[in-house]
Formats: sequence, structure tokens, C-alpha cells
Amino acid sequence: MRDVAIIGIGHTKFGRASKASLELFSESVLQAIDDAGVELKDIEALFQGAALAGFEEGQVMSAAFSAADLNLGPIPATRYEGACASASIAIRDAAMWVGSGEYDMVIAGGMEKALTMGTLFATRTFAMACHAPTEGPVGLTFPAVFAMAAMRYAKNYDIPLEKLREKMAHVSIKNHKHGALNPLAQFYKKLGALKLEEVIDSKMVADPLSLLDCCPFSDGASALVLCAAEEARKYTDEPVYILGTGQGSGGPLSKMEDLTKPVSRISSAKAAFKQAGLTPKDIDLVEVHDCFTIAELIALECMGFFDWGEAADAVEEGQTELGGKIPVNMSGGLIGKGHPIGATGASQIYWIIKQMRGEAAKGNQIDPVPEYGMTDTLGGDFGTLCHIILGRSKRKK
Amino acid sequence: MAGMAQEEIEKELSRVYTVLTYEDYEAGLKEGRLFGLKCASCGKITCHPMHVCQWCSSRSLERTKLCGEGELTTFTVIRVPPEGFEADVPYIPCIVETKEGPCVMGRLDYDAERATPELIGMQVKLSGAYTYEGDKYSGGAHTCPVFKVVG
Ligand SMILES: [Zn+2]
Repeated sequence: MRDVAIIGIGHTKFGRASKASLELFSESVLQAIDDAGVELKDIEALFQGAALAGFEEGQVMSAAFSAADLNLGPIPATRYEGACASASIAIRDAAMWVGSGEYDMVIAGGMEKALTMGTLFATRTFAMACHAPTEGPVGLTFPAVFAMAAMRYAKNYDIPLEKLREKMAHVSIKNHKHGALNPLAQFYKKLGALKLEEVIDSKMVADPLSLLDCCPFSDGASALVLCAAEEARKYTDEPVYILGTGQGSGGPLSKMEDLTKPVSRISSAKAAFKQAGLTPKDIDLVEVHDCFTIAELIALECMGFFDWGEAADAVEEGQTELGGKIPVNMSGGLIGKGHPIGATGASQIYWIIKQMRGEAAKGNQIDPVPEYGMTDTLGGDFGTLCHIILGRSKRKK
Repeated sequence: MAGMAQEEIEKELSRVYTVLTYEDYEAGLKEGRLFGLKCASCGKITCHPMHVCQWCSSRSLERTKLCGEGELTTFTVIRVPPEGFEADVPYIPCIVETKEGPCVMGRLDYDAERATPELIGMQVKLSGAYTYEGDKYSGGAHTCPVFKVVG
């Protein structure tokens, strides 16, 4: 396999959009093309994450219409659906295709218009990523899935639930602080100085998770230009290389051995580290899938940044902030930046690359710029997991 | 001569791959019975039904009935429902580890305002079934088990 680089990135403002998702996606593609200094005619294939477009706008087969909207011609254009990890698996497959030598330059990214659906219907459609035959009739929701995981976390590590709620609240406080500084975030200039009590006292959604433990519904799009690594310096002085990827699958919650240790996430992260030839110690920053505060803790432990049961304390102690052991979600994460589910994986990579270029918002920027970054994206109830490791220099052979 | 006799094709079509269907599993729940699958290879029980043993992936499965008793491993109280479940709020989804081994997802019949983490580890018993009649997207009605605490 050839090495693959990312040479251009695009990202719309997250939040409520009046434009259609196809318009949002095309905007993010044009930004990425401009950023890369390439032309649309150079694009040989399109890989698009879009989870719920059929329910949001009555649109399936969106990838073909995106290619058409950009006059890309009859190139292969494929929609990927892995719930909230849709964009990450699209990008991973795009990297495989470029790595294989079949294409030299492609677009990969994703889009979503979830906020438009309203909370009741959005909650219904998100719950479609639960196991419909057995979890459907229960009336399971995504907050409920992670609430049940939080209950287990408290039980496994003998943490009183009220104490765990405080520890989880620090994830929300941190990510909202970063989101408030990020002009593209849904909560830009909002909720940047949350108090512990505000998180704890916000409306209960699914015990023990309250509203400020949850990411919002969002509209938005993000896209990347991928090309063969050996060509990358023709277009940019600052290519970012895809050093390793991993993907994992899970099933219904009841078939999981331990809700706090999802095998899908552990194996996906391991595969990415193995391919990159790196360990958690090498990584300078991560964007993890904080769909709920508890999810960030579980992610950090599964990826190997903290031992089992230690992420909760680590966040409270500031070890996941600037200057800590591993800065986490400096973009605001899903909680502060927003979560247009089909776009999230591309957005996570966008913000890792912004950090590597020294172009993150003041207050969020890591200094000196990070050498290695990693994304973690989760779809469904631990059903689809994807990890991507990025570096400023090529993989060591 | 290339081609296959219709009878041969029909015979292949009649081969059974699904030992216990969701339909039969759910019909059992409605009658107060929790059906599963017993594995001839490892002896363990699979529930809810799958096409292979959930423990060893063997295809040698036969239908069996579970006792319906087990231990509550986790739960939550849903206060913000999906469309279609507004009238149920608050309600309690739970996971129960059955005496026979596999965990099942269901609902807990318990006062939501008194549902505290102390419930985890308690013994529960199948007490009924809950049927969601479905919406435009659910492919019809589906039924899940309901458990109650026995001490
Ligand atoms: Zn078996």
C-alpha cells in the first residue's frame, strides 16, 4: 500500500443551517479544494458519510448528487453509513483506495442535517442505530445507552453516582470551554465558563446523564482532499499523513461483555496504533467521540491513554487539558462544537490538521504544534468504531 | 446441459437457516416465556436468538426455554423519549443476566422515581412483555421482555 496524505480541508459552521445538506457538503468540498490548491477535475472519486439523510430531507443516494452538484462527471461516488462514524469509515475507505493505487486524488467527508428534525424525531432516528428488533420496542435512546454504561462505570469502580456525575461534568466544562473559543462551533461564545452545578442541575435526560452531559443535534458538513503521499508536496508545504487506521464492529448492547470496555473500540484503536507503528505515548492530541461525557472517559481508556477506571480522575485533574498528559477535544468535541453525525469524523480530522498547522483558535492551540494526532469516532451503541492516526511526517518504514 | 431443475432449486430454498425467529421469540414473550437456543457444541445458551451460538459461533442450535430469572446488570430512567414513546416517560430500560448465562435487553417494571443504583445486582424475574405497535419505520410491532425485582 502507498502512503496517503491529506492536502486540503473544509468545514462549514456547525449549528442550525438553512441550506440543504447537499449545499453544505459542496461548500465544504470547495473549501477543501481551494485549501489544497487543486481543481475539481483532479478528483477521481467521492466518499461521503451521511447517516440519516433519508429522514432529514428525503434524500438517499446523496453522494451521486453531490458529485453532480460539483460537476465531477461520472466518477464513482459512494455514500457511507455507519451512524455517527459515517464520515470516518468513508475517509478510511478513501485512504484504502488511494493507498491501493486505484485513485491518486479523492474527496472524502460527510454531512448531516440533524438539528432540523427537532428533538423528538431526531431522537427517534438516532435510535435507529440501536438494534431495531430487540432494543427498538424497549424505547431505547442514545443517551440511555450511555447512561447504562455510566451506571456500570460507577458500579465497576465503586464510585458513588453523585461523585461520578461531578467527574463527568468536568468533561462538559472542558469541551464547552474549547467550543466557546471555536468560531465554527455550534456553541461559539456560549457556555464557555460552565460551573459544575450548572451541568449537574441541567435537565435529566437519562439517569445519570443530564442535558449538559450530551452533545447537541447539529447541521453541518466537512470534507478533505486525499492524495498519494508522494504527490502531496506538489500541492502543499504542510501535508498531513494518514499513518494508521482501524475499524471495529459491535452488536446489540446485551451481547457486550462489559459496557465500559467495548471490544469494537479497543480492537479498532489497536489496529490503528499497529499500522502506524506508534503507541499512545507518541500521540500529542486526540479528538474523541464525546457524544456524552461518559463516552469520552470510556474512549480514553479503550485507546490506552489511561488505565481502566482512571480517566474520570484524570479529566478532573486537568490531565486532558492544554499542558496535561494528553489534550482531548481542543476543538470543543461533539459537546462544544456540535455533532452533525455524518460529518463528525471529517471534522475531527479537520481540527487535528488545524492544530498541526498552528491554525486552531487562540486559547485552543497547542504550542509547539503537535507532531501526531488521533481521532476516535463511534457509531451506534458501540456498533461502528473507527480510529485514524495522523502525522506531520511520513510513516517510518 | 447447463441449468438446474426447478425442483432442485426449490429444495435448496427450503433449507432452514433460522432456528428461532424473532417472530417466535416475541410470540413466546407475549405468553410469558423466554425462548433461546441451546448449543450442541459448547452447551451454552443464546438469547435473544441469533443464527449462530453467541459464545462459540456453532450452527448446531436447538430451541430451548429459559427460566426467566436473572440479575439486573444495568438500567437507566429515560426522561426524554424518542417519537412514539412520549406516553411512557419515565420508563426504565435494563439489561438482565439470565441464570442460563446470556444477557437480555428489556424493561424494568419499577417506580422510576425510586430507581437508584442499588437496583444493580438485584434478582429479577420475567413478569410480562411490552409491545410497541411501531411507526412507519419499524416494520411492524415488536415485543420486549419486562422484568420485576424479586429481592
Ligand atoms: Zn456454542
